[in-house]
Amino acid sequence: MTWLQSRIRPEQVRELSLLLLIVAAIIFFGSMIDSYYTSRTFNRIASSVAIIAVVAVGQTLVVLTRNIDLSVGSIVGFTAYFVGTTIAGDNTIHPLVAVALAVAIGGVMGAINGVIVAWGRVPSIIVTLGTLAIYRGILIEYSGAKTVTTDSLPAWLIDLPRLNLFVIEGLEVRVLVALALICVVVFQIGTSYLSFGRRLYAIGSNPDAAALIGLPVKRIVFIAFVLCGALSGLAGFMFLARFGNITVEAGRGLELQVVAAVVVGGVNIFGGSGTIVGALLGAIMIGTLEQSLFRLQISEFWRDALLGLLILLAVASDAVILKRLRALWTRADLKLIDKPPGAAAGESQPR
Amino acid sequence: MTAFRHLRGWEALLLILLAIILAANVSASPFYLGVGNLVNLFQLSIEKVIVALVMTLIIINGEIDLSVASIMGLSACVLAWLFQMGVPVPVGILAGLAAGLIAGAFNGFWTAYVGLPSLAVTLAGLIGFRGIARILLEDRAIGGFPEWFNTLGQQPVLGPLTLPLIIFFILFAVFAVVLHASAFGRLVYVIGNNAEAARYSGVNVKRVKMTLFAASGLIAALAGLLYAARLGSVRGDMAEGFELDIITIVLLGGVSIFGGSGNLLGVGLSILIILNLRNGMGLANITGNTQTSVIGGLLILSVLVPNLTEMAVNKWKGRKA
Repeated sequence: MTWLQSRIRPEQVRELSLLLLIVAAIIFFGSMIDSYYTSRTFNRIASSVAIIAVVAVGQTLVVLTRNIDLSVGSIVGFTAYFVGTTIAGDNTIHPLVAVALAVAIGGVMGAINGVIVAWGRVPSIIVTLGTLAIYRGILIEYSGAKTVTTDSLPAWLIDLPRLNLFVIEGLEVRVLVALALICVVVFQIGTSYLSFGRRLYAIGSNPDAAALIGLPVKRIVFIAFVLCGALSGLAGFMFLARFGNITVEAGRGLELQVVAAVVVGGVNIFGGSGTIVGALLGAIMIGTLEQSLFRLQISEFWRDALLGLLILLAVASDAVILKRLRALWTRADLKLIDKPPGAAAGESQPR
Repeated sequence: MTAFRHLRGWEALLLILLAIILAANVSASPFYLGVGNLVNLFQLSIEKVIVALVMTLIIINGEIDLSVASIMGLSACVLAWLFQMGVPVPVGILAGLAAGLIAGAFNGFWTAYVGLPSLAVTLAGLIGFRGIARILLEDRAIGGFPEWFNTLGQQPVLGPLTLPLIIFFILFAVFAVVLHASAFGRLVYVIGNNAEAARYSGVNVKRVKMTLFAASGLIAALAGLLYAARLGSVRGDMAEGFELDIITIVLLGGVSIFGGSGNLLGVGLSILIILNLRNGMGLANITGNTQTSVIGGLLILSVLVPNLTEMAVNKWKGRKA
């Protein structure tokens, strides 16, 4: 037990249990739905999770610093629409330019949030509640109630959602899904090993202490918001590619799904703990549930009620189980201190 | 002491803002301050305004309730579902209120007794209670309530005042007394300032939080029923997204999102500002979405401007010393 405890942290046990829960859900749905284990199901779930996951990565960065970004849905909608009209107006725009444009617009919107939160000292929930309305309002004014339609978009963009990066035994991995996975991997490594990433945790655990030891708290919070905005911009591009038809309502309410994914994934809403992979697992859990209930022929109206219950269970188990686990780990640490360590005692310090 | 002065300053700021908006509106139309228009002003957003009162107490207590709009929808859907099955409307109203009370107590249980963050619990409630409302009505719209029910929501019952408006003024008085002149109100502030310290001083923190969430559910349910009476029909997506407007009203009223400070006077002024601003912009042919953006901008500026002023003053003082 102690051997095991010195190698994994209680938080990882939690992620493992979420993974098991996802597997259990898939087995359950597999027994209920005919031809569930097909590449079609996988693709459906994967493409819907991909967009949520990218935004959830950005949201996690912000939530880790004890902030929240409620404006992500509006940023996704704005970038999807803006990039959509730009491409519709000029079909010769290079794909990479389009992606860069989406990321840049999202980044600027995130930077506006970040400046007001970090240097204006306005609570993030107030700022992003405000920009949620403002960004959406600008979009509606700018659009003049027109919509982007699929037939005005170039062929490469329409084909993009069905474009495979590679195929393993009939399991197609779409480019957009791979893009989401790359985001997850890059930011998971970044938050685990880069000093910037560790500082996010330090600030979220105790902002005052972080300032006292000389961390540039304002700059780091600002960068977290910029990254969150940029990732939302990227998600906006993916949204455009996936749906093609973009109205001014695009992405409305997405912030709730994203916050739900982050919370289900075990990221502490008060900052300081949680991982990017956890947020991805949360997004997968919600996406699997949504798409599978849809297939199950149960009235779609049950979906939200179950989703609400799931979020509550996830948060409750997080609080209750994690507390127990941490106590168990601390006791193991105390034992190690009692009997000076053989090996690897240093690794078992709980965060 | 400085906090006290800041608070007074806040209400002065809101009062000046209100005066500017009123002056602009009156100059646009001389009939603006007529009783008819003022009643109409309140009547159009009366449900949000009623829920904002109880939200004020929740936020001062250091918590948040994101599920209010879903509870509004839930109570209305319970009423409509029962009505459709032939249950008399008064019974349906009681059932709707009971549903709201249970939903609020459910939030309260997980927040107060299990100790989960209310942001997460009520986010689950926001999705879950709306889900239950959708299960009840699916995608139908239920209307055709008895005449007296619709009249209650739409027609004046006392002078020019409608029933929702009377309920609002009664609740405003009740909450003002509870928050500012009762022991319970002091506990709300004490817990909002420092829940741990309150617990160690023997305050029953759990019971206060539980009471507030249950009250929030009950009042949201009442507001949902009034909304149903005003519209005359009920759908599953009724009142969706109202929580943002309600929270905006409270925060613009100077209630700290971190709890422990704010008062109902500020929230009352904030209600007047938002209603008059929306109405004025409506008269100037500005669309609803732009109105929402302007109010969003006002929300940010209302915290940002005092902060920047304070920073500038501090810097100036520092240079002088």
